[in-house]
Amino acid sequence: MLFQIAWKNIWRNKTRSLLVMGSVVMGLWVGAFMMAYAFGMIDQRLQDAVKNEISHFQSHHPKFEIDNEVKYFLSEGPEMLRKIRLDKRVKAATGRVIVNGMVSSANYSTGGRFIGIIPAFENEVTGLQDKLTEGAYFDENSRNKVIIGERLAEKLKVKLRSKIVLTFQDSTGNILAGAFRIRGLYKTYNATYDETNIFVRAMDIDQLINLPGQYHEIAALIHDPGKLDTVITDLTVAYPKAKTEDWKDIAPEISLMIESFDQYMIIFLIIILLALSFGIINTMLMAVLERVREIGVLMAIGMNRTKLFFMISLETICLVMAATPFGMLLGYFTVQYLGKTGMDLSAIYQEGYAAYGVQSYIYPKLEDIYYIRVMCMVIVTALLASIYPAITAIRLNPIKAIRKI
Amino acid sequence: MNNLPPVIITEDLTKVYDEGAIPVKAVNQVNLQIDQGEFTALVGPSGSGKTTLLNMIGGLDRPSSGKVWVDGKNLGAMKKNQLIDFRLHNIGFVFQAYNLIPVLTARENIEFVMLLQKASKKERNHRVLELLREVGLQDKMNNRPDELSGGQQQRVAVARALASKPKFVLADEPTANLDSKTAANLLDIMSKLNQEEGITFIFSTHDQRVIDRAHRVITLVDGAIESDELIANASDHIESV
Repeated sequence: MLFQIAWKNIWRNKTRSLLVMGSVVMGLWVGAFMMAYAFGMIDQRLQDAVKNEISHFQSHHPKFEIDNEVKYFLSEGPEMLRKIRLDKRVKAATGRVIVNGMVSSANYSTGGRFIGIIPAFENEVTGLQDKLTEGAYFDENSRNKVIIGERLAEKLKVKLRSKIVLTFQDSTGNILAGAFRIRGLYKTYNATYDETNIFVRAMDIDQLINLPGQYHEIAALIHDPGKLDTVITDLTVAYPKAKTEDWKDIAPEISLMIESFDQYMIIFLIIILLALSFGIINTMLMAVLERVREIGVLMAIGMNRTKLFFMISLETICLVMAATPFGMLLGYFTVQYLGKTGMDLSAIYQEGYAAYGVQSYIYPKLEDIYYIRVMCMVIVTALLASIYPAITAIRLNPIKAIRKI
Repeated sequence: MNNLPPVIITEDLTKVYDEGAIPVKAVNQVNLQIDQGEFTALVGPSGSGKTTLLNMIGGLDRPSSGKVWVDGKNLGAMKKNQLIDFRLHNIGFVFQAYNLIPVLTARENIEFVMLLQKASKKERNHRVLELLREVGLQDKMNNRPDELSGGQQQRVAVARALASKPKFVLADEPTANLDSKTAANLLDIMSKLNQEEGITFIFSTHDQRVIDRAHRVITLVDGAIESDELIANASDHIESV
């Protein structure tokens, strides 16, 4: 009957209860949506980073990562690439020659990363060809041609077929300069990436740096990311001179972003729930103070303080739990719908998101466990929020309470 | 009088309210003995200490000094929860303003006390129907308090007070808000229960209709007992209990 009383008490003041329930629904809806939005954004950033930039794993000379010196190439690069490409767990793999230097046009000079690629393999790994917005991809007639980002082209004030000069060091430290013609322009969702990376054919650049047929980097995608650790272990055993790392080690900032994201979301939810708890406390306190006389009678006829405390808590939980399914369902269906259709924020956030390497087309997603987690947090909030009103109730003196008009 | 020891004893019972600037002695060294099955009225003008005395006997209020023994137990020595439990199993309260739980029906209001006592469903159903019949409200059992008249509400309150099968019913001005006919009807019910079930009734009242039915009338003035009269025809009844 305590439950019955609690449930009936909620509906004594319909407007007030509906307002609190509305705020619970809104809180859960917004909470679920914001989590899904941020998860979708993070997931997209990870997918883009893996697909466009870092792949599932990369192999380098152990010292290459420190200062990207040309002399630190993979000693068994071609053999390693061949073996990796034959591995059935590997979806695609490519070798790269990487040189840092200066890129200059008639108008402007800036730092750049010149990536010598095997066009067909690169396309399998990063889909570079699909990212072209102008011009054409490399073919056998593309000698001394480059593909640069649209943003870099704007910066250098060059266009398709313009000539640019790449200046860099060879493997012995000599400064070299080479003229290249722009064959294509590409665009990804990462502004920094587009402004920095310049693609040339590996065969055009390896000769210049005196490392014919060698690679500084092997990048690969695998079919099942769950087997990433095993693949890396096998490669490390087979090629101990090379350092093979997964995407988490290559791009720790993304890994950190994902790992810290859970904590951000908990903080975010706590803020929502804290605001909610004040609303609940206020409502329940009003409900208690409106019923002082009735509570006095309950105490007089023999309701002990434990039961009274339980009744007020139950009332609070009923109030919140009645609204929770609506908030959760609203959040769930919103996330499901927008997860399918996506949210196009290009009109407002494109530039800002591009600076962080994030697409402006977001697909919100949220794992089921998060809904359950949110629901548990809401119940805990309701329980905590009920403590003060319940204590207020049990502290009442039955005599004074009964006399209360 | 019967030969059994009194069920309610007060010894120099005093209650002083010192919340204001001047302490007020609401009950002043009251020594009282009440036997089982009495139908007693505490009378006196407003502020004479009737309700305060009733509340202390019922364990709702604690004395400033002196002792209250109810059914052999010193209420002053009990902890809060023990007192609540004692009230639940031994004392039924009827208030002037009925004080029913507004969200529950007449039946649920009566049943609630038995739920607190953890009575079985079968026992609850049986007792609730029995009480509703006693107070003549079988046809109103599913009505909520706001759907009942004042008299009907007070009858439900009496049934609620009796639901726990208490040894004592303490009624604070139970007829104050009722018209003559309803008040008479209610007193008939309580009188019948007193006679048939031997429940001790103590009323705090200044309603002549209640005083006329009482077997014993204790008059309080300024917190002290001024007179304590046994009504002749009532004595016979008490003897018979």
